[in-house]
Formats: sequence, C-alpha cells, structure tokens
Amino acid sequence: MAVTTAGRLRKNRGAAPLQSLFWRLPWLRSALLLVPPLAWFVLIYLASLVLLLITAFWTIDTFTTQIIQVWNLDNFRLILSEPAYRLIVGRTVGLAALVTLTDAVLAFPFAYFMARVASRRAQTILFAAVLLPLWASYLARVYSWILILNHSGLLNWSLQSIGLPPANIGYTYVAMWIVFSYIWLPFMIIPTYAALERVPETLLEAAADLGAPRWRAVRDVVLPLAFPGVVAGSIFTFSLTLGDYITPILVGGAGSTFIGNVVYSNVGVANNVPFAAALAIVPVGIMAVYLLVAQRLGAFEAL
Amino acid sequence: MRSTEAPALWVRLGTVAAAALIALTACGSTTSTGGSTAAQPPTANTKPPTTVGPGEGALNLIAWEGYTDKSWVDQFTANTGCKVNAKYAGSSDEMVSLMKGGGSGQWDMVSASGDADLRLIYSGDVKPMNTALIPDFNNFQTYFKAPAYNTINGIHYGISLQWGPNTLLYSTKKFPNPPTSWAAVYDASNKGLVTAYDYPITIADAALYLSKSQPSLGIKDPYELTQKQFDATVALLKQQRPLIKKYWGTAGDEITLFQNGDVTIGAAWPYQTIQLKSAGGAFADTIPIEGATGWGDTWMLATNATHPNCAYLWTAYVSTPKVQALQALYFGETPVNTKACAEMEALQAGSCAQYHADAPGSYFNTIHFWKTPIATCADGSKNCVDYSQWQTAWTSITA
Repeated sequence: MAVTTAGRLRKNRGAAPLQSLFWRLPWLRSALLLVPPLAWFVLIYLASLVLLLITAFWTIDTFTTQIIQVWNLDNFRLILSEPAYRLIVGRTVGLAALVTLTDAVLAFPFAYFMARVASRRAQTILFAAVLLPLWASYLARVYSWILILNHSGLLNWSLQSIGLPPANIGYTYVAMWIVFSYIWLPFMIIPTYAALERVPETLLEAAADLGAPRWRAVRDVVLPLAFPGVVAGSIFTFSLTLGDYITPILVGGAGSTFIGNVVYSNVGVANNVPFAAALAIVPVGIMAVYLLVAQRLGAFEAL
Repeated sequence: MRSTEAPALWVRLGTVAAAALIALTACGSTTSTGGSTAAQPPTANTKPPTTVGPGEGALNLIAWEGYTDKSWVDQFTANTGCKVNAKYAGSSDEMVSLMKGGGSGQWDMVSASGDADLRLIYSGDVKPMNTALIPDFNNFQTYFKAPAYNTINGIHYGISLQWGPNTLLYSTKKFPNPPTSWAAVYDASNKGLVTAYDYPITIADAALYLSKSQPSLGIKDPYELTQKQFDATVALLKQQRPLIKKYWGTAGDEITLFQNGDVTIGAAWPYQTIQLKSAGGAFADTIPIEGATGWGDTWMLATNATHPNCAYLWTAYVSTPKVQALQALYFGETPVNTKACAEMEALQAGSCAQYHADAPGSYFNTIHFWKTPIATCADGSKNCVDYSQWQTAWTSITA
C-alpha cells in the first residue's frame, strides 16, 4: 500500500513539471506537435526540391553529360533567348488560363444549384456525380476523349449522321482545351460549392427585403462572397494544367508541346537535368505570382 | 523491346546524345587515317576468354521489358543451371546509369540499343566479347557481325540480337498507287494526314531523303551532317511541320492514328504495319527508293561481370535460331540469325518475309542504322553537328 502510494506520488510528481512547463511555455506544446510533420516536410519535400532547383544554375558538360557545378545562368538565358521555349511557355500558360476560365464558367451555375437549390438528396447525388470521374484512371478518361474526338470518332459520326460536316478537332488545341476543362472541372466545382454554401441565407433575405430581385442578389451578394472560392478552385485548375504533360502527348497535335514535355524529355531523353530544372522553375515562378494574387483575392480563407 | 511498351522506346533513344558526347571526347584526339579508324575504347585491350567454363549458377541481366521471357528463359536455366535475374530498364539512360562502373559487379550483361552502345563502350563499362564462343555467330546476317554501333576497329563489344527498319507506312485506300519515295511525307497535298516519330533521330530520316533529292548538299551519311547540311534538313522538317497531324511517341499511338483515319502516311516500324494489317486494315509499308533508317540491339558484357560463363552461355543461347524466332515474333522485330527464318515460318507462316528476316545482304545497303551523331565526321574533321544540337533543333521543329 505504502509502496503504491509512493509510486503514484512519484508518477504525479514526474508528470506535473511537464504539464506546468507546457502551461508556462504554451509554444512548447505546439512546437512538439508540429516538429515531426514540419521536419518531414522540410527535409523530405523542400530539401529535395531545392536540391533539384539548385542544379538549374549548373550546366552539363556537353561531352560527357556530367554535371559541372559552376554557377551560371546559361540555362535561363537559353530559355529566354530561344523562341521555341518562349512559345512553349506562352502556350502552356495561355491554355492553363483558358481552361481555368472555362471551368469557372461551367462550375459556377452547377455549384450554385448544388449549394442553394438542390434538395439534400439531390445534393448527395450531384456530389457523387462530380467525384465519380475521379475514381477512374486519368488515362482512361483521356483515352475516352480520344475515342470521341478522333477522325472516325463518336463526334464526327454523330455530326455526319445528322448531315453535318465532320468537326475534325482531334489532335488540336481545341481537343486539349476540351479534355483539360473536363478533367479538372471537379477541382473547380468543389471549392466553388463550398464558398457558395457558406453564403448566409439571411443576406439573401435582407437583399430581398430591400427589394433586390433574385438575379441582383446573386450578382451583388452571392457572387462577391463566392468569388474567393472560384479563385481557390482556379489555383487547382491553373496549376494542374500548367504542370500536365500527359494530355498534350495523348490528345495534342503537332506543336502541342507543354513545359512539362520539355522537362520530361530533358530528364529522360537528353539527361540534361540542369536545363530541365531551369525550365521547371518557370511554372514554379508563375504559380508563386498566381498564389500571391489569389491570396490578395481571399482564396485561402475560402479553402 | 520495340513494341507497345513505347514510352520507354522513345526515351531510350535519347541516350544518343550522351553517347555522342562521350564518343566525341574519345575521338577528339584521333586523326583519322583512311577515314575509318576510331579512338580505342578503354577496354579495347581486355582479352576475352577463349573457352566457356561451367556456368556460375546465376546471371544478372539488364534488359528491355520482356527480353527475358519465361518462354525461352526457363529452357536456358534447365540447360545450363544459370538462374536468370533480370531487371527491366525503362530507357537507355537507365541502362547506362545501371551499368556505371562496369556493372559494379552487380550486373553481367545489358541488352543495349544502338543509341546507348557507344556510350557504354567509350565509358569502359562493357568489354570485348569473343565471337568464336557464339556458335551461331557464323549464321548472322553479314551486316550484324560487325555493325558500326557495337564494333570498333574490328573489336566486338557485344553480340547483335535483333533489329528493325523504319519503314514508310501508308493507307492503301488513300494511296492506290503506292508511294515510292519519302517525298510523300513532305508533299503539301497530304497536309494534315502525315505523322512522324517524335524523336530527334527523325532528323536523320529527312537527311536521308535530302541526300537523294538534293545531291548538291553532299549528304553521305544521315548521321554525319555539316552545319549547312543540318540547317537544310531542319528547314525541310520545319516546312513539313504544318503537314503533320501529330508526332507519334509510341507504337500504339501511331496504330490508333492510322486506324482512325487521322493520318494516312508516315514513318513506322514493321510492328505497326503488322498490327494494322492483322486487324484487317488497308495498310502497307515500303522501303522507299532513298532507303530507310533502322535500329539494332546488342547483348553487351559488363566489364566487371561476375558470371562471365553464364553470360557467354546466355548469348550463345539467345543467338540460336529457335530463340531468335521466338523473341522476334514476341516483339515484332527481326532476328540477326539467318537460320531463324525457318523457325519463324514454323511458328507463324509468312512471318519471315514480313519481318525481312530473309533479306539479302544488299537490303542492308538501304538501311542506315541509328548511331550517335558526333562532332567528328568520318573524314576525321570536326565539322559535324553533334547530337545535343539535334536535340535542340528537334525541340524547335516540334514546339
């Protein structure tokens, strides 16, 4: 009995200092909680990324393809001076912007219906419908578009059977635009839906009380409040398109090279990792600017 | 290797660049006498064995996926007691990096393609092999006994395995009169119906065409181009760009393009033609009057191989007509052993001719096998455009 009590006392005495330490230094508890995941993130993720990006400032010996660790900006100079790379960067960013815009236009009414019109049951069904394609492989979904868009595909067949000329948009920019917009649409719908759902009904009632018709309330109340959600969604659609290199290979035509394709061929084919790293910094830079703007627009509060 | 598993194919050719570069350093100090003496690779003086002893019980291979298929490996293991452990490489680059340090004692052989060969040879990672220990070597097509991509100054750095040409594939519906020249793929009347292989080495196809259509350029070897010849070739390809529907990266891609009627003409491997025809399509291929480019694979022996006897036993085994035929039909490529023809016919009637396994020696004068473009031309001058420039040019052509 005495032993047990003494043991319990000792145990209590052992725990108490730690607890009081936490009480006196509240940051210590958060530090202990955060250090493992942060260490993981910094060491495993950021460090490896930084190591890769550092090589962008090196070059390879064109005779041996060994990396020469001499600091220089040759790779960046080549990206800026070679018209082909400017064209590729411009194409990638342009299409990413177009896809983002398309998805925003398509997603908003859909998300609005889901969040504010549909019944609880219909909402669940629509949610499943939005997420369903994500269960299928990316490749399967892109290939299915090839079947629709190619020369003897479903689209041309349908057009011809109603007496219209074939569209022939397979392996063109249009095909890439359609496929990208389709693939990333769920990533726009979900944040937009989340933002729309958070718009308080009371504000709409207030707008109605003040005599605003429904469309006016949507334009002046719902739209500004949901906009950060759309911007949040655009981060996904923009960055995912910016980094993609599979869709251009599969549905793009001649001259559909994206930044990712050049990075891939420089790593895998030419063994020129420094140049690939330099080119990979381009989308990183673009996204940094994009995220800054998105943050200004309140996208992160909407997430 | 050369089949539906195509991203890998696409990638592995890339090593040509590095190969070029290494070859270049190696060749740099050489003054060519008679135009054919290349620099000696580091392992040139390593004497290969003159006899094959008993197998060491194991053999570690780096191979293209499926090059060590059960259907012929099991019999080999039963015959020799050498247990085959294969690692499938996804690209020539991966093969070269795995083979660093002469295989590091970990790997015995690699089934390298022509574009990786020079790189492996000049970095000293592979060593000469004794062809006398390969009984079937005498049955090889003469060309493949000593092709430029694996034999330097008469020393064999490996034993040829399989090869294939890059033919002109076309739809017989669109072309009732078969095209006879590569000119068809540069003809504006075929706008939007042409395809080409998405790889820098495709520049050689255009150079080959120019060597005949514009003799004034003086192109003798499509892999050895002076700046002027190279610029003319690139200009031709840029002019061709608007005619191209899509550049193909994988054999499967090209088959889909032809099958759906998106393209009707373009360079292809025999594999694609055979697949399209067997699916009942109206397609045919030809080696145009200008000739064609081609590719070849080689089994190479690691400098630090720990199972050399098993390696020789394996090379001898895969060179036999039966195994050559099995592998050829499995992958849609052509055996180097002329005796394999009968075996192919036995397995699949008509396949020998389909794959040109019975081609006469003169056929190989029309095939210009892939090799690394290097700065040193055949005449010893350093006026040729090296592969890194091929690559940059290809990016700007297809961008």
